[in-house]
Amino acid sequence: MLFKLNINGRARSVEAEPGTPLLWVIRDELNLMGTKFGCGVSSCGACTVHFNGTPIRSCSFPVDSAADNEITTIEGLQGQIAEVVQQAWREKDVVQCGYCQSGQIMSAVSLLSSNASPNDKEIDGAMSGNACRCATYVRIRDAIKLASQKLEA
Amino acid sequence: MTHQLSRRNFLKSAAAGTAVLVVGLNSNGLLASGKADRVFNPFVRIDDDGVVTVIAKHFEMGQGTTTGLATLVAEELDADWSRVKVDFAPADREKYKNLFWGVQGTGGSTAIANSFMQYRTAGAAARELLVRAAAQEWGVDASDITVSDGILTSGSKQGSFGDFVIQAVELTPVENPPVKSPDQFKLIGKQVLLRKDSVSKTDGTAVFAMDVKLPGMVYAAIQRSPRFGGVVKSFDMTAAKQVGGFIDAKALPNKAGVVVFAKNTWAAFQARNAILSEWDFSNAESRSSKDMVTSQLESLNNPQYDATPVGRTEAQAAIDTATQKIEAEFVFPFLSQAPMEPLNCIIEPTENGVRFHDGCQATSGVQFVVSKVLGLQPEQVEIKTVYAGGSFGRRATPTADYQVEAALAFALLGKTIPIKLVWDREDDIRGGYYRPLTVHKATIGLDGAGKVLGWDHRIATQSIMKGTAYESFKVHDGVDHTSIEGCADTLYQLPNMFVGLSDFESAIPVLWWRSVGHSHTAYAMESLLDMLAHKTQQDPIEMRLGLLDRDDDKQRRMAGVIDAARDMSGWKKGNKRGFAAHFSFNTWVAVVADVSVNGDQVHVDKLYISVDCGIAINPDVIRAQMEGGAGYGLGAVMRNEITFSDGEVVQSNFPDYEPLRISDMPDIEVVIIASAEAPSGVGEPAVPPTGPAVANAIFAITGKRITELPMSKSGLQFV
Repeated sequence: MLFKLNINGRARSVEAEPGTPLLWVIRDELNLMGTKFGCGVSSCGACTVHFNGTPIRSCSFPVDSAADNEITTIEGLQGQIAEVVQQAWREKDVVQCGYCQSGQIMSAVSLLSSNASPNDKEIDGAMSGNACRCATYVRIRDAIKLASQKLEA
Repeated sequence: MTHQLSRRNFLKSAAAGTAVLVVGLNSNGLLASGKADRVFNPFVRIDDDGVVTVIAKHFEMGQGTTTGLATLVAEELDADWSRVKVDFAPADREKYKNLFWGVQGTGGSTAIANSFMQYRTAGAAARELLVRAAAQEWGVDASDITVSDGILTSGSKQGSFGDFVIQAVELTPVENPPVKSPDQFKLIGKQVLLRKDSVSKTDGTAVFAMDVKLPGMVYAAIQRSPRFGGVVKSFDMTAAKQVGGFIDAKALPNKAGVVVFAKNTWAAFQARNAILSEWDFSNAESRSSKDMVTSQLESLNNPQYDATPVGRTEAQAAIDTATQKIEAEFVFPFLSQAPMEPLNCIIEPTENGVRFHDGCQATSGVQFVVSKVLGLQPEQVEIKTVYAGGSFGRRATPTADYQVEAALAFALLGKTIPIKLVWDREDDIRGGYYRPLTVHKATIGLDGAGKVLGWDHRIATQSIMKGTAYESFKVHDGVDHTSIEGCADTLYQLPNMFVGLSDFESAIPVLWWRSVGHSHTAYAMESLLDMLAHKTQQDPIEMRLGLLDRDDDKQRRMAGVIDAARDMSGWKKGNKRGFAAHFSFNTWVAVVADVSVNGDQVHVDKLYISVDCGIAINPDVIRAQMEGGAGYGLGAVMRNEITFSDGEVVQSNFPDYEPLRISDMPDIEVVIIASAEAPSGVGEPAVPPTGPAVANAIFAITGKRITELPMSKSGLQFV
């Protein structure tokens, strides 16, 4: 079946079986490999993308529901908040294996878009769906706080 | 700093096309240099634009090795860090071997330790060549040239590395280029040297095997026996054929499962799940966890092997004279490494064999095992190493398990089509290669003054090394060292200590899990020492220091990290905190844990970690590994276990093998002991002491001693 998607500001037509999770359309059909597969059950957040600006777990989101909505992946992130977040991640040297970090950054950008100065509890709340097996959480927290400071400055 | 490329050099470069200086080993294993097209594999490549590429013989699973190797080369080269990049080496057992192992591969926290002099020497050789080339060009003495941030200077003359590449490729390297003394280091030990993999891992462009897509590639997923050791009798693919994108399904030649081929990943998973298989379980593991624990505990009544010079009779005789005793049993569950990137690799045909795209950890092992499966020579198996999304041990199996699955699937389709073999998270959690289920039983005898008279310590676990290619290295007189490491070789002075070992037999595949045997021995040992301190009303830290002899180098360094953790945390006698220390992978780590307990609700607030790993090459990478190792250990002891019910794994995915979350993560403060000793590993050593430090803190607050893991089994909730 042909699906018309709006991904990273571009109209894309893609052939997929109905019910295919958006994740696999993004990766296997559109070759946008920055969005990762981690668990397939919305438990780890490696597949986080923005759906009209809101973070969703694309591994459990059928492509059928994505049509005519704005989907943003890590490749399509832009704007001041995204830049500040990515820069903060680099300044704090957050990454280790890096596999979960696209999803972490998508969630962090979303958090700071709605709340420019989150406290620890709010950071935990927004980020607890993004697992990092390398346990880079100390630095994720630091990077979000650094990004928040820069956004407020 | 900018500089003008001289017209003469520009013309030279233009005429030569792209000149590249490489420094590495020649076919005799000696330091060699020259043009890129000469036949040897380099450690360093310098292009005529001055960019330095460090060729990493070790893979990057997040531990920071690429940054570490780059630091070693850049230090000796006096390179501009911003113009240093890293590529992964191809598979080459001779030239890129781990110097501690004799084969190419990464593990055991050895990457930087074994490469320390090798990569520095390569960097020093490249520097010497560039300096000599510049000296000739400028007509000055080499000793008049200084090098800093990738710029060579002599008086008013200045040039970048790239300006002298053409001349340098014609020179022969000196045999033993001088390396810097520690007081000359500019990069080694620098507090923050940004990671080389940070940008690509924050913009989505870093390539993991999962991201590799080749033209015409077919996706493969495998339905494996629900019980380890089972074999497929027959299967029905009727339902799988209804899945869009399904291509075919075939039984693996070794009958370990059914491989499903499809046009994309999702179709491969869906079709695989739709296969109905009948299994023969006659040689399969069919017990439940409870029975396995019972069987292990029974085996401790008469351990199969003595792992210490002190025998059981001797230890027993000493304990018999005791006036007080401490007795404890510990149970440690099977654990899955569960790296974030599920296992996968791509295999494609080449003119001369095959090529893997893989976050490859045991490079030479994969070449060897796969070559046997496909009837090739090891060198016909090329490996293109890409970033690995974590490993924690899982990507290095003696059986090269997932690479062999890919090779078998590749062969089933006629060896002409590229195959991407993908595991999903359920495959990962249920597919084995676990930290083995382990029990410990200890009896400690004390005299009236609380002095240890004898220590009888018995361990039952499944051997990781027996039956593998590593057996002869790690198994002696029947004792698999990885079963008892961290216990039988404790640094504490414990008189009349006997360690006995019983092997547990099972078809369940077991493997090293970040810190291997130390993942359970440290918990048992450091809990027992805490019990000893409380029983004898001693401060846990003072008591440990009293069991160490500072005249012995290793014990002195153990005492050093204990002192540091005590001082940094402001530890006071009688405080309600937890302490543990452990020596593993030639590195010493001590941890003070601050924990809040409210009823059954527990939160780990802060960990103070001190580490002695010799010369600290990248202090920030070391801190990151202390943080990450502590978090990895903490997540496991809190609530992770793999259990079996009638031979089947009970857990299936993250909802029931819950990873540590950001809300669980304590604050962490790290102190790195200043040292001039050779560098040692940091990827694993923070894992072992973290769990017992937390357990000892919970005891200090609640009086509850947790001896069965995970801690959630004791009714504790981590919030």
